[in-house]
Amino acid sequence: MKEFKILAVVAFFTLVTYWGVEPFAHSQMHKHVEGNNFAYDGKADVEESAMAIEAAKNIENPAKKAAVIDKATKKLAEKKAFWADVNAISKIKGNAASGEALFASCMGCHNGSGVNMGGVIPPSLDHAGSLYDKKYLIALLKDPAIASNVDHKYENTMMHPMGTVKTMVTTPQQIADVVEFIKTKKVGKLEPKQAFLEACARCHADRYGNITQLGEMPKFKTEKEALEYKIKVLAEQDAIKAYMGKLPPDLSIISRARSEHFIKTFIENPQSQLPGTSMPRVGLTKEGFEKVYTYLEETGDPSKDARHALGPWVILFFVVFTILAYLWKKSQWKDLH
Amino acid sequence: MAHFDKKAKPFSHQWLNDRLAVDTVKKVLSTEYWIPKNINFLWAMGMILAATFGLLLVSGIFLLMYYKPDTKLAFDSVNYTIMTEVGYGWLWRHIHGVAASVVFLIIYIHMFTGIYYGSYKKGREMIWLSGMLLFVVFSAEAFSGYMLPWGQMSYWAGMVITNLFSLGSLDIQAIVEWIRGDYVPGDAFLTRFFMLHVLLLPLVILALIVFHFATLRIPHVNNQDGEEIDFEESAKLYKEGNKKESKVIPFNPVFLSKDIFVMGIYFVLFFYLVFYHFEFAMDPVNFDPADGLKTPVHIYPEWYFLWSYEILRPFSKDIGLIAFGFAQVAFFLLPFLDKSPVVAPANRRGLFKFWFWIMLVDMIVLTIMGKLPPEGAWNIIGLVAALTFIVLFAVLPFITKFEKKA
Repeated sequence: MKEFKILAVVAFFTLVTYWGVEPFAHSQMHKHVEGNNFAYDGKADVEESAMAIEAAKNIENPAKKAAVIDKATKKLAEKKAFWADVNAISKIKGNAASGEALFASCMGCHNGSGVNMGGVIPPSLDHAGSLYDKKYLIALLKDPAIASNVDHKYENTMMHPMGTVKTMVTTPQQIADVVEFIKTKKVGKLEPKQAFLEACARCHADRYGNITQLGEMPKFKTEKEALEYKIKVLAEQDAIKAYMGKLPPDLSIISRARSEHFIKTFIENPQSQLPGTSMPRVGLTKEGFEKVYTYLEETGDPSKDARHALGPWVILFFVVFTILAYLWKKSQWKDLH
Repeated sequence: MAHFDKKAKPFSHQWLNDRLAVDTVKKVLSTEYWIPKNINFLWAMGMILAATFGLLLVSGIFLLMYYKPDTKLAFDSVNYTIMTEVGYGWLWRHIHGVAASVVFLIIYIHMFTGIYYGSYKKGREMIWLSGMLLFVVFSAEAFSGYMLPWGQMSYWAGMVITNLFSLGSLDIQAIVEWIRGDYVPGDAFLTRFFMLHVLLLPLVILALIVFHFATLRIPHVNNQDGEEIDFEESAKLYKEGNKKESKVIPFNPVFLSKDIFVMGIYFVLFFYLVFYHFEFAMDPVNFDPADGLKTPVHIYPEWYFLWSYEILRPFSKDIGLIAFGFAQVAFFLLPFLDKSPVVAPANRRGLFKFWFWIMLVDMIVLTIMGKLPPEGAWNIIGLVAALTFIVLFAVLPFITKFEKKA
């Protein structure tokens, strides 16, 4: 029938246009980053270091070129050795009891006092066993800057705010013990909001979720109290700004501003999406990421449930409307031809 | 003085008829407003546009109750207050956003229907011109509305588009500052675009819609074969009951019954988009708050402006601006560039057939290239497509002049 032919032509050109400006254009605008399914084995880090050597080959000044290549080659060797050690330590059987004793020294900083130390407030470790990956924790205790893939910010990685851990937990067995303790004792069922607070909120606010860099915002009785709190938040933000270079963005509606794939691969390895960023890798497990993402969706897309509840009814209404309209049209047009 | 029936009860039919001539008005505007019978569903696009505009108006009124035109408050009033605190605020916002995008799809379908069937000539020039005016004001309405959430894309699109008014190498910053009310887009910029979006432009659109309807009344709507119909004779046949022989139908209820059926199908699709696929109409970049210190990696307009953006982009600054200016007025010239008196579907019109399909494909190519990053092969394809667009308008008078009078 002629009308269907016309409809097919209209639909064809509409869909080609849609394909061109949405899926196709976006695939061309953003580079594709493959995730590693939340396994932290240093694969991406070693690849990045190898790429840095390739990039250095394009430098024109020969003296500079040699120096940069030399430095990059050392970096590559360092990263390879580091992650090989991490893999080896992950095979050592840890002892949770001895780990607990060592963990006491962590509490010097990770104590929930909310005091900024060297740039950020040390995060609560109450659910660290559920939130963070085992190999990542091993790497972090070995060398926090390399583990979180921000060693480019520190010439000497001891300068990292958590750098002193290298003097507290020193042998592979000790590392294995502490990680064993965290992975068996610091676990528990996590609410999405709690996951965000522990993993992200020391740097990122979520104002639609009432979260600042100091945690969840309390209720204030007076304006004075509110202002005093606000000043504390501003001071904390200044400290973070000084440490990170700029204030990390508020994440209230980041789930609408970035695709899930972007957020996933970015959290897994920030350097993969934003080379040179000062955001550290946080080492979330798959489960930890899902909790965090659930929270981001809660504040970023709060109408999801209401939408899915109402949608079918509205569409059903218009299907019935269309059927009735068709019957009316048939009755109006029946004796015209 | 007219005759008034003194016995008529107030507001009775007779009473109203004496005062407002309701019977005559009804005849002229609906029951004896004759439409050709030989039409397809593309003839329903006008009413679909009217309905979509209605949706925009109603959803816009609800959004207006909570929106705050202030650079410090705008972003959160849209993304938090309306989305979280206002009952069904999300629904109104998604309807408004999706309708703003879909209305342009329907406008383009409506436009290309007119071009395909030659509905812009032989007495129908004013229909075409008033329609094109509507297109321009709708574009301004869409652009001003896009500023309001004050996200990154609002800010940077506002920056780029107002910069065009410095007129290339003439570099008249005074005009740009006058439009912005500031050196950069700021509070003054936002509040004046807010005024344009919610008051002045909608008023102009309403007036133009009335005018567009009025332009149709005398030349009448075209039909699928471009056939010249004697409307009076056909109307007489219809009224005598010879509906089969008559070539016309009344607007109300016969034409309307088909319109409303097509509208039903459209609304099913429309609300599918509102509930399950609204993100295509809401660019992710605009969910980052406006930041004058951070230029987004890619700046591009909404999809419906991409074709004219791509006519601007591949050229050097001044030539690009002239080409862009040409693209804005080119379609206005259509009735005067088409020298053939033939009113028929493009496929029966010799070379014009190729002109039509090349133009359609070219517009789509321009649209896609307009969004792609300007690099490598995309640049070349974009340049060729932009030149094709200009050449197509330049050759139109020649190919239509030699068209056979079928």
